[in-house]
Amino acid sequence: MTAVLSPLPAGAGSAHAPALPVSFQGLRRTFGSGSAAHTVLRDVTFDVAAGEVLAILGPSGCGKSTLLRAAAGLDYPSAGAVVIEDSPVHGIDSRCAFAFQEPRLLPWHTLQANIAIGLPAGSSAKEGKAKVARLLELVGLQDFAKHRPREVSGGMAQRTSLARALARNPGVLLLDEPFGALDALTRIKMQDLLLDVHRAEPTTVLLVTHDVDEALQLADRIIVLGPDAKGQGATIVRTIEVPGRRPRERASAELAHLRSSLLETLGVVGH
Amino acid sequence: MSHPGEPTITGSSVADGRAAAATATTADAAQPDAATASAPAPGWSPAGVRSRNWARLPLGLIIPAALLAAWQVASSSGMFTVVQLPPPAMVLAAAGELVERGQLGTHIAISTQRVLIGFLVGAALGLVLGATVGLSRLADALLAPTIGALRAVPSLAWVPLLILWMKIGEDSKVTLIIIGAFFPVFTTVSLALRHVDRNLVEAARAFGLKGIRLLTTVQLPAVVPAVFSGLRLALAQAWLFLVAAELIASSMGLGFLLIDSQNNGRTDRLLLAIVMLAVIGKITDALLGLAEKWAVKRWA
Repeated sequence: MTAVLSPLPAGAGSAHAPALPVSFQGLRRTFGSGSAAHTVLRDVTFDVAAGEVLAILGPSGCGKSTLLRAAAGLDYPSAGAVVIEDSPVHGIDSRCAFAFQEPRLLPWHTLQANIAIGLPAGSSAKEGKAKVARLLELVGLQDFAKHRPREVSGGMAQRTSLARALARNPGVLLLDEPFGALDALTRIKMQDLLLDVHRAEPTTVLLVTHDVDEALQLADRIIVLGPDAKGQGATIVRTIEVPGRRPRERASAELAHLRSSLLETLGVVGH
Repeated sequence: MSHPGEPTITGSSVADGRAAAATATTADAAQPDAATASAPAPGWSPAGVRSRNWARLPLGLIIPAALLAAWQVASSSGMFTVVQLPPPAMVLAAAGELVERGQLGTHIAISTQRVLIGFLVGAALGLVLGATVGLSRLADALLAPTIGALRAVPSLAWVPLLILWMKIGEDSKVTLIIIGAFFPVFTTVSLALRHVDRNLVEAARAFGLKGIRLLTTVQLPAVVPAVFSGLRLALAQAWLFLVAAELIASSMGLGFLLIDSQNNGRTDRLLLAIVMLAVIGKITDALLGLAEKWAVKRWA
């Protein structure tokens, strides 16, 4: 993938909004009410610097996606707030772009038209067309612009979904296990692609994943969500800075050590 | 709604689905770049399915031809009197006579006009109200019980009221057909909109789509197949209500030809009217079917 994509197309990095800092302040989310209420997240407080890649790790069902959805304005926290730059998120936020676990492309549109859905409101037709063409090239799909989603592989659909998110010029890019449903080889290629994209358009990235290796490869910093002993909802149980510049050596001993330490935090011992 | 060609359609679409599923599996398992070679070009279809499509028309004609032959045998063997069952040739002659007098064309034209106007207006109303009720909880709570109760009224119960209000003219007949065409479209559209893939809608909302743009970009395209099955039901209902309206009070149209022939003991014309209803009904349904094929290919 890296070979296909370099050198990056001219102008791929131009005309993007500046990366924005994000701050989660005492976030709490409770579903249901009365005796049926159960708390998924509590007291989640952390800051993400502009341009940082932050991975959110945690066992499934611990509220990782809920955290991300709150940042996008797709979900409302029961208490606390998400602040992007200096204004809180309230409703669907145009400063964010979301890539979901599934590609969620419109089956009746071509890949090109699907990417164009992400264009910010008010962009001119000419501008938009040029931007979509540039993004197609960035994710290596220029030959598939006119294909429908069902005519391409899962990896290609997921790349389209990433391009659609990038079309929005996001100040914050929210990725909800975007590579989780892909086979191992495609996943590694997509991770490399994400690093290339981040070099070309250095936006703030929040990446939810359950894959420890993925987090270690991609993130500047990792936060681990975990349930407390009483099961009163998940909160941050660990924060680590990942050493080394990207791209990182996958087989490095330092990362291997961090990996087993993180797995232990997640409750998997002896790896 | 069923016709002799149906089993063949089902067979080929099943084959299509399997082929598509097999291709998808290969593409998913392979690397993205390798998968491009096996990804089918748009409009791709296996040769076997295409050749079977060619065989559909002759296959579909077998049963009508057999029926015609059986009709001929039954009428000429003395099993039935000429009044009960005139032979096909007599029906053809009756058609020739009516054409010569310029009446058959008029009957067909006026009936078709009533059906088309009633169908178009009824379907449009069904689409608009169905979309409103399907998309808005408020509209659903407000309108659904009333519309449900109106739907429960047997269609013919409206006839006396319509005649009282609108007299025996075009208005009362077309209104009855509008009522008949409205409900299938309304029901299918409102139900289908409620079951549009939530994930797709959420994704579109996350990219800032809302209101009319969300409706035209995501929700309406997603329900195109359902809309067309509603439209085809509505068209069949429109023909049904046409005959009901014309049987009760009319001076022109295929329904009038039916009742008039019955009163005059002209079984040949009666059979002619039935054959014409079958042929024109099938033609209009086939035209709608073509539009459906195009739309489903475009939007699904």
